[in-house]
Amino acid sequence: MKNFQIIRALSSGSAVSSIAKEKEAMFIAGGTNLVDLMKKNVVAPDKLVDITALDLKKIEFLTGKTSIGALAKNSQVAEDKAIKEKHPLLAMALAAGASQQIRHMATVGGNMLQRTRCSYFYNTDMPCNKRVPKSGCGAIGGSNRMHAIFGASDSCIAVHPSDMCVALAALDATVQVEGPKGKREIKFTDFHRLPGNTPEKDNTLQNKELITSVEIPNNNFSKNVHYLKVRDRSSYAFALISVAAALDIQNNTINDVRLAMGGVAHKPWRLIEAEEFLKGKTVSETIFRQAADLAMKGARGYGDNDFKLVLGPNAIVEALTIASSK
Amino acid sequence: MAAKRSTTNKLTEDESNASRRDFLKKSGLFTALALAPPSLMMASENKWDEKIAEYLETVPLTIEVNGVKQNLNVEPRTTLLDLLREQLHLTGTKKGCDHGQCGACTVHVNGTRILSCLTLASMQQNAQVTTIEGLSKGKKLHPMQEAFIKNDGFQCGYCTPGQIMSGIACIKEGHANSREEIREYMSGNICRCGAYHNIVDAITEVKEGGMLS
Repeated sequence: MKNFQIIRALSSGSAVSSIAKEKEAMFIAGGTNLVDLMKKNVVAPDKLVDITALDLKKIEFLTGKTSIGALAKNSQVAEDKAIKEKHPLLAMALAAGASQQIRHMATVGGNMLQRTRCSYFYNTDMPCNKRVPKSGCGAIGGSNRMHAIFGASDSCIAVHPSDMCVALAALDATVQVEGPKGKREIKFTDFHRLPGNTPEKDNTLQNKELITSVEIPNNNFSKNVHYLKVRDRSSYAFALISVAAALDIQNNTINDVRLAMGGVAHKPWRLIEAEEFLKGKTVSETIFRQAADLAMKGARGYGDNDFKLVLGPNAIVEALTIASSK
Repeated sequence: MAAKRSTTNKLTEDESNASRRDFLKKSGLFTALALAPPSLMMASENKWDEKIAEYLETVPLTIEVNGVKQNLNVEPRTTLLDLLREQLHLTGTKKGCDHGQCGACTVHVNGTRILSCLTLASMQQNAQVTTIEGLSKGKKLHPMQEAFIKNDGFQCGYCTPGQIMSGIACIKEGHANSREEIREYMSGNICRCGAYHNIVDAITEVKEGGMLS
């Protein structure tokens, strides 16, 4: 690993100003992804700004919303009693990600900023448009079992690896950020982006902005929810496909619903059309199957990952079935 | 040495520039020494140039490891794992994959299990670290160590320090209430010998025996 300077920020304002002027400077919190990427020489910052001393760790239940500090640990959120009651989908998704050791280290903000686990991105001997723009994509026509079936481009078919983000996308969360130009809010579903011709950009953060918190509006998704994660082993593996399903059911009728998928796109993939279809319908497997078919419109495989075209809709039906029967 | 001087070295810009010039001068001198007659080789064998480089590239760190306070200087890039093994010679904590995939490097920091291979030591100011070496009381092994021996919770033993550190934390966190829960919350510790069944036995025994108060 290339050596670097490290400084400790004592306020979010000083953290932002510490890196604003330096091109090769980055924030570090849990470090579970960044340190790994630095060891592999995928990223090589000259300077790290340690933000772990900032006061951004609180989970707060405010009027109309829940606010989770960017530095709250993944395990802290997953095991918070009130989060489990109010937002069980988020708690489930967090518990499905990584291992307990990593959840103790990883922060909410860092989870959002983790890079793809595409093996071509990690292997500096291989072409990768995300790592080195215009160098080509090894995964297209290569080994692409883990890769995207939605929203990919000729430049990149990588997927965002987070579980937590799938739940947050489903729950209409917003992201609070602070940058050199001040504070702003980004809709969670607009935070991550599709690769297009610039896959080096994972998200819509600008100019070294710092994530300060994530907010979830109050909802009625405290009971009929499920996070289904399909993976190569039963724990501690990235999703082949995951489905976050949240239903508000009364008298067997679907009042409201949120659906999102992980492991299928460059960003958490919200299934708006399927949601609209399900609203007002009576719970049944037939309806779930029809919703799943709607959700898969526009999906395409790249060879090794063709199985996701079948696994995807089956996972949606399974997640909805489990969620509705709770 | 390409990196700019760090403010964490507590040097002003002028001082750090002076130090850098000093270093460059001296390292040039030691390059010359390498070509010098044997009588002059003593200086370079003492690795003075490396020591100067080390001073300039490191940050001060105060850390408590197994109850012993350490005042150290570390490179910002040094992981906690490398600090433990290479600087403090506590080689009980193992380097398996070095990429956060195997759990062999699991230690407790401020009472929480973490992966030392993905932890920068320079970010652990005033942390309290417990490693496998810090578990026993004199010659008396920790109950989890005893249980691993009794239940044959290992074959080659390489993952064992990480498994034991993780197993203790698994119980303290309240995630050892069933075999299934233990397996889930121990999934970050890979055992390539496949001693998983006996590892779960060991953790279950310690949990049910109430041996961790």
